[in-house]
This record gives sequence, C-alpha cells and structure tokens, in this order.
Amino acid sequence: MPRVSLPKKSTDTDMTPFVDIGFLILSFFIMATKFKTPEPVPITTPNSVNADKLPDDNAVLISIDKDNKVYFSVIPKSDATKADAVANDVSTVRELNLDDKDKQNFRNSPMVGMPFNKLKSFLAIPPDKQKEIAQDGIPVLDSATNELVYWVGAAQRVFAGEKLVFMIKGDNDSHYPTFKAVIDALKRNEIFKYNLVTMPEEAPGTSEIAVYRKEIEKLQGKK
Amino acid sequence: MASLDSGDGGGGHKKGPGVKKAKKQNTRVDMTPMVDLAFLLITFFIFTATMNTPTTLDLNMPKDTDNKDQKTKTKESGSLTVLLGKGDQVYYYEGQLEQETASEKFKQTTHKGIRDVIIKKKREVEANYVQDLECEQKKQADNKPISDCRQKDFFVIIKPNDEASYKNVVDILDEMTINRVERYALVKIADTENDMVKVTEAANGIK
Repeated sequence: MPRVSLPKKSTDTDMTPFVDIGFLILSFFIMATKFKTPEPVPITTPNSVNADKLPDDNAVLISIDKDNKVYFSVIPKSDATKADAVANDVSTVRELNLDDKDKQNFRNSPMVGMPFNKLKSFLAIPPDKQKEIAQDGIPVLDSATNELVYWVGAAQRVFAGEKLVFMIKGDNDSHYPTFKAVIDALKRNEIFKYNLVTMPEEAPGTSEIAVYRKEIEKLQGKK
Repeated sequence: MASLDSGDGGGGHKKGPGVKKAKKQNTRVDMTPMVDLAFLLITFFIFTATMNTPTTLDLNMPKDTDNKDQKTKTKESGSLTVLLGKGDQVYYYEGQLEQETASEKFKQTTHKGIRDVIIKKKREVEANYVQDLECEQKKQADNKPISDCRQKDFFVIIKPNDEASYKNVVDILDEMTINRVERYALVKIADTENDMVKVTEAANGIK
C-alpha cells in the first residue's frame, strides 16, 4: 500500500508584513503625539462643537479648578522674558518687592494662584517644587479685593501693542460665580473678548449648525 | 536558539583532509525582540497621545453701561430667557415675566430639553419675519445665507444663578452655536427670578 506522506509544513509564519504595519503605526504615533504638558492642577474642560483651534499668539491663561481656585499664567509666543516683566509690573504696582530670582521663578512656574501677600514666599520656591504645594487661588470673588484685576492689567501693559488673547480654562465642576468674577476682572480692564478653552465634540448631524456649515462651504466654494 | 557554529565543536572527524565544506548559514534573523519592542512603544505612545487638541469657544461681552441708548434692545415677542440652576436644571420663559402670569410662563426642563425649546421659539420668530432688505443685502455681501435675517428678532438671555456650574454655562453657550442663535447674552439673574428658581427647586426636591 502506498503511504501518503504528508509534507512537513513549517510552523514559521512570515511576520514581515505584520512588522511593517507595526512600525507604520509606531511612526504615526511618534509624529502625531503631542505630549501632555504636566499640569499642577488637573482641569477637565467642558465640550463644545466649536472647531476653532486655540490661537497660538501671546496668551494669558486664567484657569479655574474644581475647587473654584483661580490661577494665572502668561504664555508669551516668542519672548519668554515678557513673563518676568509681568511679575515686575505686579510687583511695582502692589509693592511686593519681588527680586530677580522670584521673577525668574514666575516665568518658569506653570501656574500661579497665590494671593499677593503669599506670593513672594511662594515664588522663592524653585518651580519644580512649586507643584507640591497646594495654592490658595487668586482671590476674585469679592470685587473690592479682586486681585486678578492687577494681574490682567500687568499683562496688558507688558504686551501693549501686541496681540494678546485671554483664555479662560474652567473645570466642569467649578461654579458660575467664580467664572463671573473672572469675567468682571477682565471687563474692568476693558477686555471684552475671551476664548473659553473646551474640548471638541461632534455636532449632532441634524442640528442647524451642521446644516449651516455645509451651506457655508457651498457658498464660499462657489466664489 | 540562533547560535553560531564555530566548527571546532564535536565531530571533527568529518572534516576531510584539506577540504573544508562551506556551511550554509541561515540568513534569517529572529525578529521577535524587535517586534516586542515596537509594540511596546506603540502602546506607550497610544496611552500618552493627546489626540484632541483643545478648541476655543469665543465669548464676547458687552461693556457695562448705564446709558440707555447704548443698551441692547430686544423685542418682547422674540426673547427667550433661560435660567440655569443647580443640579443641571434649566428653567425658561418667553417674553417678560409678570407677577400674574409668572407661574404659567415659568417652565422647567433639562439641558437635553432646552434644545427643542430654542428651536421651537426660533421657528416661531422666523414665521413672523417681515422682510428686511437692508439686512438681506448685508448678508449677501458677506457671503452668508440670507435666511439668517429671519431670526433677527430672536434673542436668548442666559441667566445662570450662583449655584450653576461652569459646565452648564458652556453647555448653554454651545447650544447657541448648535442652534445658530445669532443674538444671545449672558446676564446677571434678577432676585425675583432667582427666588422662582429656588421655589421650583424646593418643590421638585433638587439638591
């Protein structure tokens, strides 16, 4: 009887395509990744259907965390020493006697949320240690002692003649009065345009905005 | 395991005198460790990636003024007031709130329900539109649909009370974008309105 001899099949699979795809995905993620900047206070922002990107001009970022504490930070586009100038301005206006080292620490610290009477001692700490300290938040709720007014004013003077945007980044759970106080502080400096930082969200397909966006596309495409 | 055969191990007797047989070397490289590492990196980047770059919701506030002429005027028939309270609750009324009809006009809904209210009111205002050529010409010049003129009398007044959360405010502002409400304002709540919100909250047992 003839024996049926089964050929010995190799159990090795060719992994080359698999590896190819693997590296493709890897290179995509390497290029597409923007690292999360470490935040001293986590803030979960609400969602909105707006698709406009945050402007990358000179910016003042006012953050409100979930405990209604207000933080202030300056994000200069090119000249980092502008942040020192803001600290300098605040220091002169409020007579805080910040020295050069404090000002430099202000430039490097991610967010500052201390009332003026505690600011100097806070800025004396090196920036990398600052995040271990729970800050009190800038007092805003009482309009007579709204310290954010001075911060905003200082930023305005330093960036005079340049484009400066005011970003407000609020936490989902923060309360409205704090937000209102922040707006008031900005209003008192004659600033009426703000950018609220939100996370993108899909507009419902049948809603007017979705229809409108298509219509606009058509109208502007014709031109 | 891949191993290099140095040749001088056992079996020396196989070598013929003076003749060396070239050994066929396997050219395959074991790729497993490389693939392992690659996938490790992929997972790392997936987890650290922030795909969603934050967007911005633009907000413009009017200047505070006591000058009557500079104040924004709204038609009563086209105004909708939305009040935000605690517990993600939304209250609304159309036109003006008067003592006698207040309990009838003052209604309660949620963030999901307010969309229908806004759409309904907008349709109502649009139905009462009287042609305004000036507005239509302006829209045409800006390359925007002239149908937008139909809602020119529509005005939404947003009044959050002290217990509303920031998220509620952004949500309602977003609702303005979603429903394409062109004119809206963020206004301080009046005491009478706040009281009504409080009463309704107490009646509905919202904490």
